[in-house]
Parts: sequence; C-alpha cells; structure tokens
Amino acid sequence: MEISHKAISDGVVVVTPVGKLNMVHAHHLREEVDAILAKGQNRIVVDLTNVEFLDSSGLGALIGCLKAARQANGNLRIASPTEQVKLVLQLTNLDRVLTPYTSVESAYVIE
Amino acid sequence: MNRMLALRISIVASALLGTTYVTWRWLFSLNMSAWWIAVPLVVCETYSIIDSLFFSMTVWRAKTRPAPPVPPIDFTVDVFITTYNEPIEMVMRTAVAAQKIRYPHKTWVLDDGAREELLHQTQALGIGYVSRGTEWKNRPRHAKAGNVNNALMQTTGELILILDADQVPAPEILDHTLGYFLDDRVALVQTPQTFGNVSIADPLGSQAPLFYGPIQQGKDGWGAAYFCGSNAVLRREALMQLGVKRYVIELEAAIKRSLNDSGKIIKAAKKKLTRSDEQLRLALDQILGAVVEAQENISNGKTLGEATFILHDRIKDISHALVFADLDQIKRDLDIIGIEQSNDANWAAEWIDDLEDSLDGLSTKELSPLAALSTVMELLKSLDVDRSHEAIPIMPIATISITEDMATSMRLHGMKWKSVYHHETLAIGLAPEDMSSMLTQRLRWAQGTMQVFLKENPLFQKGMTVPQKLMYFSTMWSYFSGFAALFYFAAPIIFLCFGILPVRTDPVEFFLRFIPFMIANQLIFLFASRGISTWRGQQYSYALFPVWIKATASAIANVYFKRPMTFVVTPKTRNENSPNLRLIYPQLIFIAAFVISLFVGIARYATGLAPLLATLINMMWVLFDLSLLRVLFPAILYQGSDSHKRGSHGNLT
Repeated sequence: MEISHKAISDGVVVVTPVGKLNMVHAHHLREEVDAILAKGQNRIVVDLTNVEFLDSSGLGALIGCLKAARQANGNLRIASPTEQVKLVLQLTNLDRVLTPYTSVESAYVIE
Repeated sequence: MNRMLALRISIVASALLGTTYVTWRWLFSLNMSAWWIAVPLVVCETYSIIDSLFFSMTVWRAKTRPAPPVPPIDFTVDVFITTYNEPIEMVMRTAVAAQKIRYPHKTWVLDDGAREELLHQTQALGIGYVSRGTEWKNRPRHAKAGNVNNALMQTTGELILILDADQVPAPEILDHTLGYFLDDRVALVQTPQTFGNVSIADPLGSQAPLFYGPIQQGKDGWGAAYFCGSNAVLRREALMQLGVKRYVIELEAAIKRSLNDSGKIIKAAKKKLTRSDEQLRLALDQILGAVVEAQENISNGKTLGEATFILHDRIKDISHALVFADLDQIKRDLDIIGIEQSNDANWAAEWIDDLEDSLDGLSTKELSPLAALSTVMELLKSLDVDRSHEAIPIMPIATISITEDMATSMRLHGMKWKSVYHHETLAIGLAPEDMSSMLTQRLRWAQGTMQVFLKENPLFQKGMTVPQKLMYFSTMWSYFSGFAALFYFAAPIIFLCFGILPVRTDPVEFFLRFIPFMIANQLIFLFASRGISTWRGQQYSYALFPVWIKATASAIANVYFKRPMTFVVTPKTRNENSPNLRLIYPQLIFIAAFVISLFVGIARYATGLAPLLATLINMMWVLFDLSLLRVLFPAILYQGSDSHKRGSHGNLT
C-alpha cells in the first residue's frame, strides 16, 4: 500500500491510501494521520477512491484516526468508498458513525 | 459407532424416565402439608432433570472430527503469551517453547506486569514484547481481555494463537490446527487444556476430561465449540469485525443515554430556577436546544460522527458566551454530591458512569441549577465518538465479564462465524496446587459465566441458532446446582430429625420411578465419557455448592448493583497456607448435621417415632450426600503432585 497526503483549502488535509488497507498496512494510515495531527492540522479527509480492499483492521485504523482527530479538536471524514468498502461499512454498521461522502469535495465543503 | 448407539439409547431412556418421574412428582407425590420443603425440593429435582436433558443434548452430537487438511504455508501467525504476575522463568519457558513451534510465526509475550526483566529476556531471544502504553493510564484495564486487545492493535498476523503463561505448546500445535482456517468462516479453533503437575488421582479435579472431551465435542457438533481463553487459534479478521461492530453498538447506546440524561438534568434544574437566574435560564435553554437537536439529527439518520461534531460546536459557542458567576459555588455543590474533581482531562468522562448510577438516586436532584449546567456541559463535551473513557476504541475480546472467553465466542457465533473443537492435547499447563487456589479459580469461572448470563443472556442474543443458544445457556444453567445442593442436603436431615417427609408416596413406587432414571442417567455419563471416571466431576458439582452460590450472588451484586467484582488471577504457584478448614466450613456444617441426623434417625426409629423404610431410605440418602462431600478431604490435604517439583513442567515432545 502507498499513502500520501496533500493540504487543500482551509487547513483541510486529504490523505490518500492506495491499494489494500488491511491488517498488514492499517498502521501506516494511523502513522500518517498522527504525523499530520502533530503538525497542528486537524481536519482530515481520507480519500478511499483507490483503496481496492479494506478489512476490519482497516476499519479499526479509521476509528483510531477518528479518535485521534477528535482528541485534537478536529474531525475526520471518509470520501468516495468503493463498493467493497461500502459493504464492509454496512456489515459492521460503521456507516452509523462515519458518513461515507461521495467525493473529497463534498466531504469538506459542508463544514 | 456402537458406543454412540448405546449413548443415544440411554439418552432417550433417561429423557423419558426423567420426564415421567418429575411429572409424577409434581402431580401425585407432593406432601403439601410440608410444602416449605416439598415444593423447593421438587423444583430442585425439576432443575436437575432439565440439567440432565441439556447434558444429553450436548453429548448426543459428540463427534470426533477427522484430521483437518494440511495448512498452506502462507498464513501469517502471531503467538500471544499472556502474563500478569507469573514467575518470569515460567513465562520464558513457555515463550521459548512457543518460539520452537514449527509453523512460521512470530512469538509475543504480552506482559501486563510491565516487568523490565521480562523485556530484557525476551529481547535477548528475539521474542516480541508488548505491554500497555500510556493510553491505558487511568483508564479501565479490562484484565486479560484488555491485554490481548492492546496487543491486537500492535501486531498484524492474520491468525493468533493465545497461550496462558503456563501453557507450554507442542511444536506441531499450529500444523495441526491451522488447516481448519482454510474454511474462511472459521474464526476459532480451541484445543484442550491439560495439566502436567497433577497426580493420577487428581484430588482437586483439575483435569476436565468430560469438558475437554464429550462436552466440547458435543457443543462442536451443534456448532457452538467454546473459546476457553488459552490454547486456541483465532482469526484476526473475525475479532476485529467483532470489535468494530461492538464499538458502534456501544457508542450508539452511550450517546443516546448521555443525551437523554442531559435532557433530564436540565429539565430538573430549570424547575429550581428563581427569577433572578435569567442568564442561567437562557444557557440551560440553549443547551437543551442543542441536546434536542442532536437527538433529532440522530433519529433523522445523521451519523453519530456528524451529530456529535455539530453538538460540540454548539456547546463551544454556548460556553464562550457564558460567564460563570461563581465557580466556587459549583465546586462546593459538586463536593457535596461526592463527585471528585481533578485536574485530569478525563475527569468529565469518568462522570458518565457516575451520573448513570446516580441519576435515579438523589444526587442529581440535589444539584443546584448552576452545578447542573456545569455537569451537563462536561457530560456533553465528553460525549464523543472517540470513547475517551477507554484506552482504545475497539475491544475485540469482550470486556463485559471477568472471563472474557465465553462472551467473545458467543458474540462470534452471533455474527455467524464458525468454531472448531480440536480434540488433541497440544499444550500442557500448570494447575492450581492447593485447594485455596483451586477454589479461587472455580469461583472466577463461575462468576464470569454468571456475569455473561445476566448481561448477555444467550437466549435473547440475535444471530445464533437455537441449538447454539441452548449450548451456552446449558453451561450457565449448570452453575445453579449450588442452590439445588442445599435442598438435596437438607431434605433427608429434616426427615431424620423431625419426621417431616417432603414426598408423599409408597416407597416402592418411588423406587420404581426413580431408580431406572438414575441408572439411565449414569449410563449416559458412562457411554459419553468412554469409560473415563466422571464421578469426581459429579461430586464437585455438589460439594462446591458454596462457591456456585457465592458466584451467583456476587454476579447479581455486580451487574444490578454495580458492586465491583475483583478480578483474581488464578495463582499458578502454590499457596503455602493450606490446609485451611475455613475454606469449606459450610460443607463441614452439613457433614456434622448429617452425622447427627443419622443418630437421631436411628433413635427415632427405635422409639417408634419413625417408620423403618422411610428411615432407611433417608439414611441411604445421607450416606450418598456424604459420599459427594467426601471429595473435599483429599483435596484440602493435597500439597501438590509428589512426582512433581514446584515449577517444573510436563513435556510434550
């Protein structure tokens, strides 16, 4: 899995993991988000467009990142999940906690 | 196969005979003039018949699985060795054996004692070492479940072998169990727990050949093999899925409850406002508005993440606008109701539990409006999706019970994951070496089981099949035997001493109905256990009646009255203070009463006060009860296995 991030307007940072967000790679996401929060940027969108597979450990990492962002007085949103990812979100009811936004733009515009 | 046929014939016979016996007891043989003993006794008998039916159902399907397929070479496996305070040499012996497991894996020692010496020793051998991080400080640790959950967050293997610190694994343990995971719905493979430091006679009843045998095989047959905490392989994906799902369920419940509580506190506070409190009234109204808005957002389908985020924004705005007139007053109020304030950032989060407890009570009603405002503000600030009162948001291994294993496997079954019982000894551990430790262990198991029974009754859980529900329920049911024992012990004493008979019948008819059932029932044990003696197990299920009663009582106190249930780690080394007769004083009282009642019974017969046959039957009954309690004496004198030096270990290879 590769992961990158890019700051866009208003202090929102978009994190883009590419590939499989599973038990092997989940902690990379967490480390990336922690690094961003440490720099004082606390509004984060995780762009899931290129995540081809996500397992429960990946969900766990998302929850961990959400917790970290909230504790930094910020927020974390997810955008543009694939069908497989949507399915996993539904299976665990995590879509009751995290709104899957259809695009990166819609994820931060609403604020 | 002949054994299985014989077993099933005895089961059918026992079920028919047992049901007709107990029906006859209820309808035709109650001595209602002594209802106070007659009715409890027949209730206990009914309990025992049902217990026997559950056991029959379990072993009906006790099957031996064929060997699993050879596992592929590319599973990634973590081996977890959990320890709290066991001697370091014991942990290291297990860790070194774990390192020698043949299938490729990574070994980790999960040290809840955070011992530096253990860190050094594991590092020297290239063994992984995990202890709790700072996030656990001042937060509930959840004992072994918390220890394993903590390690799950720091490791990545797709399969996890869990071993208690004393359970030395065989090199082939993974080769023999991983094959089951080729079925990608299998979440758990449990193997037996056996002990190397136990003499053949096993006076403490440490080996559980009936449980790690026909009972687990039977549960497996019904798709409900249990997780027993150690010597088991688990699938990470299943655990994590469970953790995420529980996170959502518990989060939603906690948020709804907190919003509800906040609303109630504000409404109560508003009633106490005086005219001069205009500013306060405004603030309370604004907060109530924010609470109602959050509730509406949630019921209108907004996610919890968004609803709480909006709520926080509102609260921030309100608190900026507010100037607290008298902070000292608030502090005084809070001191009065006994809520401790501290500088810890989490103090508000800890209130949630306190508030829940106190809401029905007096304290929140006694809050002044100002204190109520401050309380609610803190409550709402702490209300978030981050579960800040927990160290980690996701708890894959269940934390509702002091025995985490049963609740976890029940939840896995509820999510349609499959489990397997693999009947082959692949690790050897250390059993308690004295009665005091043994009683502590049994109490903990029983307490944990009753906690699950009260908190997540399997009969009402979604997702499991009816047989799965019954398999869990039957284990819980069996722990009520303590209450039945009381009446089985008391009834013959009451007859011999006072001539009061709970049963009104011709003794011959009683025998004709009862004895065939007893025989069929014992045949079930005989055939199910393949001839292994199950007598000690039957003795202990009655002889330890005070333990079972205490477990039930303390679980009720814990679940319904929030009394703490102290977690006791089963000592793996010997307690030097035995023998100690105080451990079994309730049983000693009964033994004394039995002996006295035998003499009184003879005297009453000799003086013509009691009939011969009834006296003889009840004396036999007393002797039977004594033979059950007899198991306690070799146990309390037991000083550990002679052939075994303390700390040395059975070896599998």
